[in-house]
Amino acid sequence: MDWTIVSFLTADALQNGTIYALLALSLVLVFAVTRVILVPLGEFLVFAPLTYVWFLPPEVSGLNLQGQIPGTAWLASAMLLWWAILDRSNLRRAGLLLLGAIGVVGIAWWGVQGVPMWLGWIFAILVVLPIGPASYRLFFEPAKNASVLTYLIIAVGLHFAYMGLGLVFFGPEQFRLPAILVGQTTIGLVPVNNQAFLVYGFAFIAMLGLYLFFTRSIYGKALRACAVNRYGARLLGISPSQAGYVSFGIATMIVCISGMLLAPLISPAYFQGFLLGLKGFVAGILGGLISYPLAVVGALLVGAMESWASFQASAYKDAIVFALLLPILFWRSLRSHEIGEEE
Amino acid sequence: MKRALVGLLALGLGLGLAQQAPLKIGLVVSATGPAASLGIPERNTLVLLEEQVNRRGGVAGRPVQFIVIDDASDTTQAVRATRRLIQEDQVLAIIGTTTTPASLGMIDPVAEAGVAKISMAANLEIVFPVDEKRRWVFKTPQTEQQMSIPIVRDMQASNVRTVAYIGFNDAYGEGWARAFEAAAREAGIQVVASERFARTDTSVAGQVLRILSRNPDAVLIGGSGTAPVLPQRTLRERGYRGLIYQTHGVANPDFLRVGGEVVVGTRLPAGPVLVFDQLPANFPNRQVATNYVQQYEARFGIGSYSTFGGHAYDAWAILRPALERALRREQTTNLAAFRRAVREELEATRNVIGTHGIFNMSPTDHLGLRFNEAAVMVEVVRDAASGRLEWKLLRTFR
Repeated sequence: MDWTIVSFLTADALQNGTIYALLALSLVLVFAVTRVILVPLGEFLVFAPLTYVWFLPPEVSGLNLQGQIPGTAWLASAMLLWWAILDRSNLRRAGLLLLGAIGVVGIAWWGVQGVPMWLGWIFAILVVLPIGPASYRLFFEPAKNASVLTYLIIAVGLHFAYMGLGLVFFGPEQFRLPAILVGQTTIGLVPVNNQAFLVYGFAFIAMLGLYLFFTRSIYGKALRACAVNRYGARLLGISPSQAGYVSFGIATMIVCISGMLLAPLISPAYFQGFLLGLKGFVAGILGGLISYPLAVVGALLVGAMESWASFQASAYKDAIVFALLLPILFWRSLRSHEIGEEE
Repeated sequence: MKRALVGLLALGLGLGLAQQAPLKIGLVVSATGPAASLGIPERNTLVLLEEQVNRRGGVAGRPVQFIVIDDASDTTQAVRATRRLIQEDQVLAIIGTTTTPASLGMIDPVAEAGVAKISMAANLEIVFPVDEKRRWVFKTPQTEQQMSIPIVRDMQASNVRTVAYIGFNDAYGEGWARAFEAAAREAGIQVVASERFARTDTSVAGQVLRILSRNPDAVLIGGSGTAPVLPQRTLRERGYRGLIYQTHGVANPDFLRVGGEVVVGTRLPAGPVLVFDQLPANFPNRQVATNYVQQYEARFGIGSYSTFGGHAYDAWAILRPALERALRREQTTNLAAFRRAVREELEATRNVIGTHGIFNMSPTDHLGLRFNEAAVMVEVVRDAASGRLEWKLLRTFR
């Protein structure tokens, strides 16, 4: 193992680690505010680029879809509609949700008619985005004050449902997406895909944005209050369900954009989200699903372990990465004195 | 007297009904789940065949009924489906299934019940060695061992001295690793790296780096579907200029679509049906393959055919004459004896020309293909006129 190899592996570790970091941040954000371990985040990550494929002109995507509206649009629309029915007592909100439900299908319909690629890019995110907050409203909110375990079971169920739907919507195979920045740049010895710089840039913006959001804005502070003490936050007039929508919304947004930027590098398919999400989860665990900086450190560690393992013993790569959980959990259990569930 | 008459009548009626009753064949395919791109053409082919056979008067005057169950690419579901077909539907024989692990899982239930099964999965272990259980199991697709020979021959012809292997870390990739590395060693080609990656991986930079550090003349990627594009793209991005070989698991249009420019120049072994229109005129299965593709495309659209549907076609191609011969020997009302007869007649298959080759079964060989007719080398080229990626016949081994 010489320096060339080390630098190549580091570049790979950084690219993977950045994606895991974005996923870990989203997981931590959702968990801190709502106590939900949002396993289906990985599915949202691939839903956005797969939806984008439907909006691409046929000569770019290589598919003949004949103006078929992507299934995610129907899913998002149906979920918003259901949400509107649940909240029918609040007429203004129900009306807005109804508009949203129609809007999502409208956007998708417009998208498949052939739009400029940058517009399709934004449309894809807009179509998938409502699925996040709607998942909270439809599946987690009814189980108010449930235990972390109950939430986890719901989340795992949702993961299987979304993954199955992903197969129905997009088929079993992968897709090729055009990169926004084509070509490679050589840094030192290592060629790096230009598209990867967009991922790094977005990761930086997302982290900075989250930091400013939590420290400067009233919404961010309210979310933090919820994370620290839900009951106390409620006494101060912060609605936990509002906090839930916002946190699910932000997390879905981060993950969707990450997915869109990552997709040209990986050729997405419906099954790829889960493993990415799981590695993000391992990273988040390092920070106890509470600490943002530790989650980022964990993500880079997972990325580094993965690169190293894929070079040294590729057959055992995933086993090695997930085995990381053991020392991390051991270390955390030494540090933590909490017993049982909070609240 | 009256009673006897009624009894006789009932018997006659029963016999008459039995004559009319369709021959039930159980089908287990992976029409959903990760193997769906293989299972769907298989199912389509068999549905097409069922209609065609019944329109033309059935098998020996009896209609056939295919009972299709989707196993969702899952072993447990495949086994459950097999038991259901055997016990509830009382099928005469089973065709299935698409994937190797599930096909292995189905061996126990069919052997226990004494029903012959024809698998459409690749792995040799499904039918080899033919023991007390595998007596009941047959298969139609070429094995990794058979497909390794054309690759190694092509490598020898291209002066390849060192080769690296990177394959799936599952039964498919391991099977290929064993088969290919043995064949390469025998031919004096040195295997300098043997790496694994997962179907779901989003980066294979580490493995590719290891391969590059050994500087092999050629790389074989052992995967199926579209996932094998990733190592190939990473190799090219990292500046690898040697030959890249894939396995017949990528012989599907999706591979070309996802791969694009990166996969131009890829060489792979494939069943002859993939390049049916480029085969030499005297190639023995050219006619059968051409007919099959034309029928399939007439129904499911131009360019919709794949080699996988051909395995299903071949399964019926060997089952149909076996059923005809068994019908001459046994009554289908005696289910156990008839099922036994089907197995014996399948084993007696001689010179059946399928889309992928010529089948000659024996008590020790339940595949019965020779690689000479069952495999050709194909290269991915960009058609100068249309600009589309296409499969081009590179060499045959007859």
